[in-house]
Amino acid sequence: MRGSIVTEGSINILIGGEAGQGLVTIGEVLTRALIRSGYHVCVTQSYMSRIRGGHNTFAIRASMHDIDAPCESVDLLVALNAETLSLHKDEMSDRGVIVTDEAHDISDDDVIRVPFKDLASKRYYNTAALGIAGTVLGMDEELIAQVLDAQFGRKHPEAIEENRKVLRKSYEWREGAASPLPEFGKLKSAPVRLMLNGNQAIALGAISAGVKFASYYPMTPGTSIILGLVSHASELGLVVEQAEDEIAAINMALGASYAGVPSIVATSGGGFALMVEGVSLAGMIEIPIVIAIAQRPGPATGLPTRTEQGDLELALYAGHGEFPRAIYAPGNPEQCFHLTRKAVEVANKYQSPVFILTDQFLADSFRAVDQFDTGGLSSVHPADEIGGLQKPYKRFALTGDGISPRALPGMSRHLVVVDSDEHDEEGHITEDLAIRCQMVEKRLRKGEGIRSEVIPPDYDGEDESDLLLVCWGSSLGAVKETSQILRNSGLKAGVLHFPQVWPLVPEQFRDTLDAAGDIVIIEGNACGQFGKILRAETGIMIDKKILRYDGLPFTPEYVIRELQTYFPEIAEAGKE
Amino acid sequence: MVRLEDYGEFETAWCPGCGNFAILKALKQALVASGLGPHEVLMVSGIGQAAKTPHYISANVFNGLHGRTLPVATGAKLANPDLNVIVTSGDGCSYGEGGNHFLAALRRNIDVTVLVHDNQIYGLTKGQCSPTSEEGHVTKAQPEGNRSMAFNPIAIAVAMKAGFVARSFSGMTEHLAGVIQQGISHKGLALIDVLSPCVSFNKINTHKWYKDRCCELPENYDPEDREQAMLKAEEFGDKIPIGVIYRNDRPAFERKFRTLDEGPLVGRKCDMNAFGKVLDRYT
Repeated sequence: MRGSIVTEGSINILIGGEAGQGLVTIGEVLTRALIRSGYHVCVTQSYMSRIRGGHNTFAIRASMHDIDAPCESVDLLVALNAETLSLHKDEMSDRGVIVTDEAHDISDDDVIRVPFKDLASKRYYNTAALGIAGTVLGMDEELIAQVLDAQFGRKHPEAIEENRKVLRKSYEWREGAASPLPEFGKLKSAPVRLMLNGNQAIALGAISAGVKFASYYPMTPGTSIILGLVSHASELGLVVEQAEDEIAAINMALGASYAGVPSIVATSGGGFALMVEGVSLAGMIEIPIVIAIAQRPGPATGLPTRTEQGDLELALYAGHGEFPRAIYAPGNPEQCFHLTRKAVEVANKYQSPVFILTDQFLADSFRAVDQFDTGGLSSVHPADEIGGLQKPYKRFALTGDGISPRALPGMSRHLVVVDSDEHDEEGHITEDLAIRCQMVEKRLRKGEGIRSEVIPPDYDGEDESDLLLVCWGSSLGAVKETSQILRNSGLKAGVLHFPQVWPLVPEQFRDTLDAAGDIVIIEGNACGQFGKILRAETGIMIDKKILRYDGLPFTPEYVIRELQTYFPEIAEAGKE
Repeated sequence: MVRLEDYGEFETAWCPGCGNFAILKALKQALVASGLGPHEVLMVSGIGQAAKTPHYISANVFNGLHGRTLPVATGAKLANPDLNVIVTSGDGCSYGEGGNHFLAALRRNIDVTVLVHDNQIYGLTKGQCSPTSEEGHVTKAQPEGNRSMAFNPIAIAVAMKAGFVARSFSGMTEHLAGVIQQGISHKGLALIDVLSPCVSFNKINTHKWYKDRCCELPENYDPEDREQAMLKAEEFGDKIPIGVIYRNDRPAFERKFRTLDEGPLVGRKCDMNAFGKVLDRYT
């Protein structure tokens, strides 16, 4: 048993079982029902690289307030098997409740032992567990039933009736029973929010920005970006092709992009390693391409279904030769949406490779996201540029900002010539060394434009911080909550989060670093990769580091425990 | 009316006597005979002496990376099926570095014409064995002779039921131009393996060597007979059959994307109304 240090008013639900028991299904239904009831959520999915068996969990942290981080202590454990009980019973909070089958041998006051066999046939045990969880949380039965209907309606209409029956029985079985947990009934002024995980948000962001082509080779945790695109391909007019390998995937996308269709590839570290040659090609022939990398722990196959921020340096240095690029690192699904849009825009404007670095935690983490104003969303459209082009057309015309006007092959009488060799303004192969230098400089001039559009890091805190926590990407929520906990205990703590990790513009944040007392950098890798880049670009070395590389996401509890090793006085805050 | 001059004349970096000259000439003839203007044509190539071909003809050009021609051609064709996509590269680029892409392209049957300048040697890197070099072929890099068996692209393509499988010889320009024209008009993948001597680095498979062996398929040959085509595909010795060895009417890959029925992908915008409806489903 442990006390909770995390923000008051939230509850952490953990559903555990083996692959194939339907825990993701009920996790998603519960999440959607909570969002429809007006709550914020942060989902953490932990699964093993197997389709059946093993031990998987689906954790939902829910609150009336905006939350962006998972937490460690569990308030409601839904244990679909005995192993879940033994693995997680020590994580229960003081008020924690366990829901499990009466057959499992566990005696404790806080255990709701459910006669699953009386409530449902084996195939519907997960629905019964969902129902019991709904009663413990005081959730509206009909709302859960509606979400269930929608979840199964399309594929398994026969399951709708049975699900509702099991849900009714479960609610009946618990009727009148008290719950030690706060109630999560439907809020009166529940705004309509979207239920999005990071990868869905990347897919939607890409579509809204004008992406019409995607190619990929399946690799967890990047694949679900593609599945997000595929699921809307026919109605929104996208072509998505599964390539024979990642090398083909990026070259296909470059072919489509050359022909004038904004394109994206999605993969994970190992797949991206194969794409590297194509990144260099994109740099040379100045073709826009967005590359989404959902990081997982490496090297090599590593931990295929866990999380890490270990491929920042890979993305930054990928590709032989010198050419500009931008790298975005969204902190939550909302940022995934907007930064992917920005990535598409910047890739097309500067005709360069642009990266989105996400990771397994964020990829799979559902949140309640405020609705987007679709009226205000613009999208890129390369075909619009052709009208004003001069003859003779030169694909690589030397310009002040390095950006050469784009024609598209077959869309006018201009011929569009691109070459992976060094080339002249027309695009033809050359070994004229003076032209070579002009082309290097032209390509690098685009980098200045990319720099002028860098999104500044987001500072959250008072004017000056006694303790500044620096982070990037998906750790945003955990670090922000940590700083809030520290501020609540009287410490002047602040957070500097980088949603864009390349290029860096030191003028944007040097003052914040200079004004801070102690600085700690927090990264999900073992070598402090971003800290090294920060030092190279600013000269500022942050020697206090909190690094996590066990495959799990940051939590406020983890960050506070690690901070205590540097600052013993923080122990007091942690005990609150 | 398209004329030969529209495709231009350019100085090349090829050795005098190289088979590439004749292939370039035949290609231009075929394009003119097909009635295609330079702006309607996309030439895709990789790296190698053959891969320089697109620089010596007026057209749209994507001269990409070694081995990666077919993925680029596939992406461009899917983006804009109105483009007439022609891939030109050598045996090393097409069958070696690009081997996996070659197999996948045969499976897809996308409507591109693939001209492989097959000289059975690496020319640009000065004479190492290529995937189509015969077993035992001695080079500076393979002094004990090529230890691997030669790749048979025709047999693989027939086995994979590629849409159009042909072989020709750079020394028979009119024949080659005719085959290329047929390949361009074929609605599906057209593989044309063109035997072409490397005068600098292949002293075995010379112009004369090919000339003595290449013979046109008989007039009554039926390229739709796959069993017969498999037998012809195996012939590579004292006689090398030249012509369209196999063809079928498998639908082209790009026709299987429903969204492309509405026209090319290029030029389309995101339909924000439809997008808004999609977003509603995430509530």
